[in-house]
Amino acid sequence: MSAAQPDTGYNFAYLDEGTKRMIRRAILKAIAIPGYQVPFASREMPMPYGWGTGGVQVTAAILGKDDVLKVIDQGSDDTTNAVSIRAFFARTADVAVTTRTREATVIQTRHRIPEAPLHEGQVLVYQVPIPEPLRYLEPRETETRQLHALAEYGLMHVKLYEDIARHGHIATTYAYPVEVAGRYVMDPSPTPKFDNPKMDDCPALQLFGAGREKRIYAVPPHTRVKSLDFEDHPFRVQTFDRPCALCGAEGVYLDEVLLDDAGGRMFVCSDTDHCEERRADGHVGTGGVAETVAHA
Amino acid sequence: MLARGFTDPVHDSQGVFRAVMDALARPGTIQGLATGLEPPSPLTAELAAIALALADADAPLWLDEPLRQHPAVAEFLRFHTGARLTGTPSEAAFALVSDPAACPEFGTFAQGTPAYPDRSTTLVLAVSDLSCGEGWRLDGPGIRGGARLAAAPVPADMVERLGRNHAGFPQGVDLILAAAGRLAALPRSTRVTGG
Repeated sequence: MSAAQPDTGYNFAYLDEGTKRMIRRAILKAIAIPGYQVPFASREMPMPYGWGTGGVQVTAAILGKDDVLKVIDQGSDDTTNAVSIRAFFARTADVAVTTRTREATVIQTRHRIPEAPLHEGQVLVYQVPIPEPLRYLEPRETETRQLHALAEYGLMHVKLYEDIARHGHIATTYAYPVEVAGRYVMDPSPTPKFDNPKMDDCPALQLFGAGREKRIYAVPPHTRVKSLDFEDHPFRVQTFDRPCALCGAEGVYLDEVLLDDAGGRMFVCSDTDHCEERRADGHVGTGGVAETVAHA
Repeated sequence: MLARGFTDPVHDSQGVFRAVMDALARPGTIQGLATGLEPPSPLTAELAAIALALADADAPLWLDEPLRQHPAVAEFLRFHTGARLTGTPSEAAFALVSDPAACPEFGTFAQGTPAYPDRSTTLVLAVSDLSCGEGWRLDGPGIRGGARLAAAPVPADMVERLGRNHAGFPQGVDLILAAAGRLAALPRSTRVTGG
């Protein structure tokens, strides 16, 4: 994968053991109270806030030497953020890394859930910028704490209703609020709402880390995750009117790629691993080229 | 002489934590737990391993009566974890219970507050029998369909206690049931009914 050599001089997975214990205790409480945001003493990491310091700390706390790590950024394995975090753990923990969703035991993600179904025994670690779903509606943490304690989520329904009043439909397309196990309303991180249905009854454990905001929360496997909606305006995901131009996949989330200055564009799978595997299996889209060499 | 701690503190702690994490994430499943510890009796190797992996100066320990009666147990835990030993159950981050049948009411331990339900005690019960597929019926987050779990010894009114604990959700305590070489967990989110 990367040419990074394991670094000596750091503890396994970079964090000291005291920090790991603190994060681990927070993770255990987060799992016991699905959707509730557990405060934790987030550390400074050797990367800026906004680059996934929360996710990195959660990954560092759970990672063992036999784990296989995959890191994605907007579905892609090969963007700067994904490559850097993968190299970080390859260097500080000497763990095996992969781009294959199926082979990974721990998947750290920035804003996508892989297209390939997750399975039991996998852990999906989300990088979260703003963990509080009510933050833009109520700026005071003391107040949002109370609202969660009382399960008072009327504000959020008003916000979604205002969407309908203004646009005729719920116009929230990412970070779409969900209700976890019938109790806490949770921000699924800025994943497209296309991915929300994958969180419901997911066989994998889902952990969320927000480094700057110092919060950890979790959704255990096989837990009910319901996107908020109204009876007359049920939750709906985006649809795409064409398949992936490279692999021909339908029913997947697509990225728009500009090709030239004359308005040329193509729509391709956001999940690069899914797209590559399909092309390796011989699927070709309208703008794709048939694979001549099968992937190993 | 003081019994030794983990042979490989970094990876042994991680292994214990992952077993506890998987058990809490999937109530009703039994996770393997190899410790390599030989702590002073009546502290079991599993209780010791969970304390060594998760307790420290920020996470006070509460010991039940049989453990308190043996100074070697306190000495072992103090040396290896650095955790404060508290006599007040409601101050404990972890409660180590070597005689689960005589475990105090769950309500005497920290329950968390409505705004911060995470500030609650995790009870670690040393059971001798632990099996899945029979016993209590479990339902809730982390459980596909339904699960069953049996453990002994436990308090006579265990199911009623767990019912009250679940009724207080999101406040309440979380339980880890640790037998020789394996463990299971009952987080507060799990509904438990009699088998």
